[in-house]
Amino acid sequence: MTNFHSLPGPEDISRATLPNGIVVLSRSNFNSPSAVVSGYLNAGSIFDSDEKLGLSDFVASALMRGTENRTFEEIYDRLESVGASLGFSAGTITVGFSGRCLAEDLPLLFELLSDALRRPAFPKKELEKLRAQLLTGLAIRAQDTADQASLAFDEIVYAGHPYRRPDDGYPETVRAITRRDIVAFHQKHFGPRGLTLSVVGAVETEAATSLVEQFMGDWENPSQPELPRLPDIRPLTGIQRKHIPLPGKAQTDILMGAVGPSRTSPDYLPASLGNSILGQFGMMGRIGDVVREQSGLAYYAYSSLSAGYGPGTWEVSAGVNPANVEKAIELIRAELRHFVEQGVSAGELADSQDNFVGRLPLSLESNGGVASALLNIERYNLGLDYYHRYESLTRAVTPEQVAETARKYLHPDRLAIVSSGG
Amino acid sequence: MTLTQITLANGLQILLKEIHTAPLISHWVWYRVGSKDEPTGKTGISHWVEHLQFKGTAQFPATMLDKAIAREGGVWNAFTFLDWTTYYETMPAAKIDLALRLEADRMINSRFDPAEIEAERTVILSEREGNENEPLFRLGEAVQAAAFRVHPYHHEVIGDSADLRAMTRDDLYQHYKTFYAPNNAVLAVAGDFETGEMLKRIEELFGEIPPAPAPPRLIRPEPEPEGEIRLSVEGPGETVYLQASYHAPAAWHPDFHALAVLDSLLAGPSNLNMFGGGGISNKTSRLYRALVDTELAVSVQGGSAATIDPFLYTFTITAHPKNHIEKALKALDSEIARLQDEPPSTEEVARAIKQARAMFAYGAENITNQAFWLGYAEMFAHYDWFTSYLDKLAEVTPADVQRVAQTWFRAKSRVIGTYLPVNDGGNE
Repeated sequence: MTNFHSLPGPEDISRATLPNGIVVLSRSNFNSPSAVVSGYLNAGSIFDSDEKLGLSDFVASALMRGTENRTFEEIYDRLESVGASLGFSAGTITVGFSGRCLAEDLPLLFELLSDALRRPAFPKKELEKLRAQLLTGLAIRAQDTADQASLAFDEIVYAGHPYRRPDDGYPETVRAITRRDIVAFHQKHFGPRGLTLSVVGAVETEAATSLVEQFMGDWENPSQPELPRLPDIRPLTGIQRKHIPLPGKAQTDILMGAVGPSRTSPDYLPASLGNSILGQFGMMGRIGDVVREQSGLAYYAYSSLSAGYGPGTWEVSAGVNPANVEKAIELIRAELRHFVEQGVSAGELADSQDNFVGRLPLSLESNGGVASALLNIERYNLGLDYYHRYESLTRAVTPEQVAETARKYLHPDRLAIVSSGG
Repeated sequence: MTLTQITLANGLQILLKEIHTAPLISHWVWYRVGSKDEPTGKTGISHWVEHLQFKGTAQFPATMLDKAIAREGGVWNAFTFLDWTTYYETMPAAKIDLALRLEADRMINSRFDPAEIEAERTVILSEREGNENEPLFRLGEAVQAAAFRVHPYHHEVIGDSADLRAMTRDDLYQHYKTFYAPNNAVLAVAGDFETGEMLKRIEELFGEIPPAPAPPRLIRPEPEPEGEIRLSVEGPGETVYLQASYHAPAAWHPDFHALAVLDSLLAGPSNLNMFGGGGISNKTSRLYRALVDTELAVSVQGGSAATIDPFLYTFTITAHPKNHIEKALKALDSEIARLQDEPPSTEEVARAIKQARAMFAYGAENITNQAFWLGYAEMFAHYDWFTSYLDKLAEVTPADVQRVAQTWFRAKSRVIGTYLPVNDGGNE
């Protein structure tokens, strides 16, 4: 039995590759009678055309609307009757899935997961119901200040790059998607190659691997394409300011920033620690201190670094009264300038390093937390001993490295500055 | 997993539960004060006091607290609700002493510095403006106010802007001094500790804090509703929403469990866990089939809250662009009538119980959630409300579900609110 007091490592993570290419990671946890299954495969919106943007998302949402073996009602009846859950969602690179159940129901969860991935029927009637729901989601997005700011931000910082597009498309592109498109996308992109699963909970690791073999071991799809190479990012050459008006909104959302490193870049860890100091540590770091604590301008004001397969964004977010937008932008710009020009102190860095190391037990407490940690290990090739090396990796970062990374990705005079609201 | 319950001489109620599954401890202090303790003119004061509890004491200045917790890899936060205000820290087990010391200190020693109060006034107004951006907040606020004319559940926890602009440091400090005392608090700790040692440390830190006079309570029961209330809210957007709220019993009421089964089969099971647990979808619930499968609505949700006084059971419906919202309301009514006319099958009831069992198992993965339940249940009942919950659900019969549908889901005791989007952004 695994001692959950220890961090996951090669001694208690099982990693198996099936002959058809599926990778299964698992770790047992018998503290609660439940289990989590999550995973991904490379079938994200990067494969969508501009005219049919949202196709991958539509496919992911439709996988459980009926299969060759079961109707929509039958699928959800079996899941919900035992208090289990399973869902799919599309990102730019991957379609991800996540499910949970009582451990006694794991075979059922695998049966439904495999059925949805391999044999979706895409019933016409269900697709139309789903389309109306997706379009309503887009109508709500059109009126959400944070969503509108985020769409405009991505268009600026990822100009000319596939990451500029929203994974869920636009109303006109979602309307243009046909059942034929959906079936073809599924046939081409869904297969065992690149499919990675993690299983964590009250199940022996051998049993977890056998379940994957039993339900997906015979899956083949020779037509799965490789991921396209991502083009280089065109760096910003100045301030690009855009406002998306949404009349009647009480609050305006601001987003400021640029493109940051990818998860596999050596810059990731220094940037991540720098981001902690800039807008996370304690009460939202330096940004929170200036915008919320000292000025009382916003309930939330923080920075975030999103890094994945390709270059993520490094951005500052704040929600302010429409009258305070320019004031908040100037405060944040001044703080970014200070961060980039002056760097960080050894004491500040030590605080964030302590936080990164100290928070591990909490982030790896639940089955879901461990399952996503295992997927990250695989996806970004971190090594099964990553969490054992994590403390020394974190503590090895110097203030000079943080400053260098800050200068590389953030420049106070080369930023996307976007706002949306009243 | 041993549970220890004890009350100190100063009235502080303590619950301790050893759980040795992860090297973590979660520590919570609950105060019996919330938005229901706020008279007109002081709405939002409990939530504002909660914010000010993060602004420091002489021993622990404001920014030092955040940094100290973060440095140790802990998380902390606080929540204000209708009935209570709670503060928690979840820390690596070896570091929990910091949390104990700071909670003991801020139970009586918070500074309430006037400059901090002014800065926080605009932060909270900004928090409210963020809420106002959401159509469902605007609608929910209007429905709640219409449902409670007399009872202080009338207003939202965050309070009204007029009061947030007008309240003074004296108001806030007095609220703190009135309600923050050991005899109005529950301290709950779960995780990787030894009970004897933990109890000794709690006694050292909290035992000397003097009790306060029993705080005053606003006793203003809501009169019987005299008929259905309908209202609408206009604002920016493209999507119509409908909220139907029925007066529902308090959490300690014997009907609460039958209503939980009803909730499960009508709208899908509500997740009572505050942390982790994850929800279960509701695609085979009766309302999903009657409203969403038929394309009368895009989504439907239902749920209530565990409260000290009777609050609301609320259905929230997102309209379908092809259909008028009134059609969805008609379908809702006929599903309620069906449950009132005939009891559900025993299979449906058994299914609701299995769903609840699964959600309890998910919630048990998480120390913070387990510690949460220790104190939360004490706010409206006792911890055995939580430990006996699944047994109580198992006792619910199909006839019970039919009876509570008849008792609580009457049109005369509901408020129907509709959010109507207007293209010019409303009246602003």
